[in-house]
Amino acid sequence: MGKLFGVILTIIALASAYPIVTHMYVQPVDISTHGHAIDEQLADTMAEAGLSFVLAQLLLAFCVWKFSNRKEGAKVFHLRGGARLVVVAAFILVGTEVLALGVLGQKAWAEVYFTSPKPDALQVQAQAGQFAFYFRYPGPDGKFGPLHPDKIDEGNQNYFGLDPANDVESRDDIVTAEMAIPVNREIHLLMHAKDVGHSFYVRELRIQQDFVPGLDLSLHFTATQTGHFEILCTQLCGLGHYNMKAYLNVLSQEDFDKWIKQKASEQ
Amino acid sequence: MEEALKSQAHAHAPAEGFLGKYVFSLDHKVIGKQYYALALAAVFIGMVLSWLMRFHLVWPNAKIPGLELIAKTGAPGGIITPEYYLSLLTMHGTLMVFFVLTNAPFAGFGNYFLPIQIGAEDMAFPRFNMMSFWTTFVAFIVLVMAFFIPDGPPISGWTAYAPLSAVGKDAGPGLGWGQNLWVISIAIFCIGQLLGSLNFIATTLDLRAKGMTLMRMPISTWAWFITSAIGLLAFAVLLPACLLLLLDRMAGTSFFIPSVLAISDRLQNHAGGSPLLWQHLFWFFGHPEVYIAILPAVGIVSHVLTNSLRKPLLSAKVIIYSMMSIGFLSWMVWGHHMFVSGMNPFSSLLFSFPTLTITIPATIITLIWLGSLYGANIQITTASFFALGFISMFVSGGVSGFFLAQPSIDIYLHATYFVVGHFHMVMGVAAIFAIFSGTYFWFPKMTGRMMNETLGMLHFWITFVGTYCIFMPFHYLGLVGNVRRYASFVDDFMPALMPLHKFITIAALTTGAAQFIFLFNLIHSRFRGKQASSNPWRGTSLEWSIPSPPPWNNFGGEHPVVYHDAHQYGVKGSTGDFVMQTSPEQILNE
Repeated sequence: MGKLFGVILTIIALASAYPIVTHMYVQPVDISTHGHAIDEQLADTMAEAGLSFVLAQLLLAFCVWKFSNRKEGAKVFHLRGGARLVVVAAFILVGTEVLALGVLGQKAWAEVYFTSPKPDALQVQAQAGQFAFYFRYPGPDGKFGPLHPDKIDEGNQNYFGLDPANDVESRDDIVTAEMAIPVNREIHLLMHAKDVGHSFYVRELRIQQDFVPGLDLSLHFTATQTGHFEILCTQLCGLGHYNMKAYLNVLSQEDFDKWIKQKASEQ
Repeated sequence: MEEALKSQAHAHAPAEGFLGKYVFSLDHKVIGKQYYALALAAVFIGMVLSWLMRFHLVWPNAKIPGLELIAKTGAPGGIITPEYYLSLLTMHGTLMVFFVLTNAPFAGFGNYFLPIQIGAEDMAFPRFNMMSFWTTFVAFIVLVMAFFIPDGPPISGWTAYAPLSAVGKDAGPGLGWGQNLWVISIAIFCIGQLLGSLNFIATTLDLRAKGMTLMRMPISTWAWFITSAIGLLAFAVLLPACLLLLLDRMAGTSFFIPSVLAISDRLQNHAGGSPLLWQHLFWFFGHPEVYIAILPAVGIVSHVLTNSLRKPLLSAKVIIYSMMSIGFLSWMVWGHHMFVSGMNPFSSLLFSFPTLTITIPATIITLIWLGSLYGANIQITTASFFALGFISMFVSGGVSGFFLAQPSIDIYLHATYFVVGHFHMVMGVAAIFAIFSGTYFWFPKMTGRMMNETLGMLHFWITFVGTYCIFMPFHYLGLVGNVRRYASFVDDFMPALMPLHKFITIAALTTGAAQFIFLFNLIHSRFRGKQASSNPWRGTSLEWSIPSPPPWNNFGGEHPVVYHDAHQYGVKGSTGDFVMQTSPEQILNE
C-alpha cells in the first residue's frame, strides 16, 4: 500500500504540473504598460512555487514508498543533521525566496499604486451600482459636475444624479454605458460606488480595484493595444453580480475623437 | 500539595439518566462527541450545498427534484435562481468555516482528548464547557433557520461585506431577516468559542498530572492550547464586530454605512460609517481563524504520525515553536485579504512581508515531517494515510499562498478561482484530512471498537484522488481569470472553460458520494466493529493508558503520574518499541 501511495502521489504531482508546464491555462494577452511586471512576477513565483510543490510531493512519495511497513526487525534510523539541518534549510531556502519575491513584487505593485497620473491623463469617471457600470467624461470644459445622489433616477437615465439645470459643469458631461479610451494615452480612472461594494477588473489590463462606498478611489493605466475587452465586477454585490459587466473599447485617437463627439451629440 | 490535590478532585459526580448522560452532560468526553456530531451534521449540509452549486454552474437549467419544497422562491420548479446560488454559497462557507473547521478539530477532539492527554479528570470548568457546546448548538439552529424563512438565507457571502450586509432588504433577497439570523448566529457562536477557549487554557495550565511538564505534553495538546489562545483573541474581535453590524441593521447606527448611498434608487438614511472598518475587523478575526482550523490539524497529524512512524519526529519542540510563531504572525497579516480593497497601498507592502514570512515556520513543520519519514517504519493504516495525505494537501495549498501573498500578483488573481483553490486546499481539505485521520486513530478509544480498515482505505483513495481532481483545476481557472462567486458564466471568455468546470463538478459529486462510505463505516463500526483493546496502536500518550472507552472519570479515580514525554518510540521498552508516558521504567537515551 505504501508503494501505491508513492505511485499515485507521483502521478498526481506530475499531472498537476502538466497544464502549467504546457501553458494550457494562462492569462490573456497583456495590453497595459505595467502588466509585464505583474506577469514576470507571476512567472517567477510559478517557477519557485511549482518547483517546491513538485519536489515536496516527490519527496513525500519517495519516503512513503521506501519506508512503509518494512520487514520485521528493519532498522529505524534518523536523518543525519536532524532538526537543525531542517530549520537551517528552511530559513535559507524560504528566507531567500521570501526576500526575493517580496522585494521584486514591490516593484510591480509600485508601478500601479505609487506613481501619480500625468497631468495630461484623460480623466474618466466610473460609477458602479447594482448591477451596471456607467462612465462619465468631463466634456470640453474638462470638469465633472457635482453629484446629487438624491437626483439619481434610472428611469430618466440620470444614473449619476446630475443636475445640469443648476450646475454649469454638468451641462457638457458625457455619460455612457460602455467605456472607450484612446490607445497609448494614460487614463486616470475616478471610481465611485453608488450603493454597495463593487470591483473593476479587466484581465487584459492586469487591473483590479474595488469600488468602496463613501471612499472615492482612483487608478491610472495606459492601454497599448486597440480592441474590445470585458470589464467584470469581482466584488460580491448582490443577486445580479455575475451579470454585472461592461465593455472597454480601446480605440485609436482618431476613432476615440469620433466616438466621443457622437456620444456628446446623443446626450 | 493540598492545592494540587484539590485541582485533581473531580468537579462533578457521575451522570445519571438519559438527559444527564447524553444531552446536558458535564463530561468533556460527551461534549467532545457532541461537537463532533454537530460538525458532522454541518459538514453533510455544507457538502450538499456545494453539490447544488457545482450542479447549477454546469447545468444551470436542470431541475433538481424536491428543491422547490425547501426553497419556494429560491428555486422555483427546482431550478436554482442566481440569488439562491449566492445563498448556497454564503451558507456553505459559514457552515464549513465556523461549524466544521472550528468545531471538529479544535472543540471536538480537543474537548475529548486534551484533559485525558494531560491526565485530568475533566475540564477546569465543566459547566462552562456544557454551556459552550449548547451555545454553539443554538448558533447552528439560528443559522439553519435562515433556510426556512420566507426571506431566504443571506446572499452576502461568509465574509458579509458591508454595506451589502448592513443596509437591509433593499439591497436584495435574503438581506432582511436572513442576514439578521446570520449575524445573530455568528455572535452567539463567538460566545461559545470564547467560553471554550478560556476553558482549554485554564485546563492546560492548571490540571496537568504530576510530572506532566508543558514540554512533555503531546504535540496535539500543544496545538489545542495555542489555538485556544488565538481563539480567545480572535472571537473577542468578531463578537463586537457582529454586534456593531447588528446595530447598523436594527438600530439605525452607521458604523459600516457611509453617507448618501442610493440603494435601489432609495437614498439611505445613514451617514459617516466605513465599509473598510468591517473588512478590517472581520479579517483581523478571519485570518487567525485559518490557523484556528489548521493548527489543531497540524497537532493531530503530528500525534498520529509520531505513532505511525514508530520513532519520534525530528523535533517536537521545533514543531511547537513553529506553531507558536504561526500563531503570533497570524495577527499581522489580515490586510493581505484587502490588497485591492482601497486600503492605503503602502500598508499592502507591510502586510505582504509577514505573510510571506509565515512560509518559514510552515516550511519548517513540513520539512520536519518529511525528514522524520526518512528512515522510519511507517505503519500503514487509514489514519496514517490520511495524515500523509494531509502533508500533501498542506504543501499544495501552501505553495499557492506564495502568489496571493504578493500584492502585485493579487491584482490579477484576487477574487478568481485561484483563491478558491488555495483556501479550499490548505484550510478546507487539509483540515478535513486531519479530522479523518484523528477519527480513524481515536475511534477505538472513543467507542471501544475498531473502524473497518478496508472501507477506510477505499474512503481514503477516493477522497485523496478526488480532492485533487476538484481543487487543482480551480487554480488553472484562476490563472485564466475566471471570477468566483458568479452564479453563471456569462462572460465571453468563460464558455471555453466549461469542460474544466464539468470535470470539477463530476469529481465533486463522486468524492462527495464517497463520504457516505465514511458515514456508514462510522455508524456500522460503532455497533458492529471489532472490540478494541486499550492500546490498539501501541501509543505512548495518556489516552492509551486507560480503557477503551474511558470510564466517566477517565483514570478511574487514580491520579496518573507521568515520567516521560509522549515521543518515546523506537526505544527498547518492556512493552516493545515504545515506552508509555506513565511507565516509570528508565530510558537510557533520555
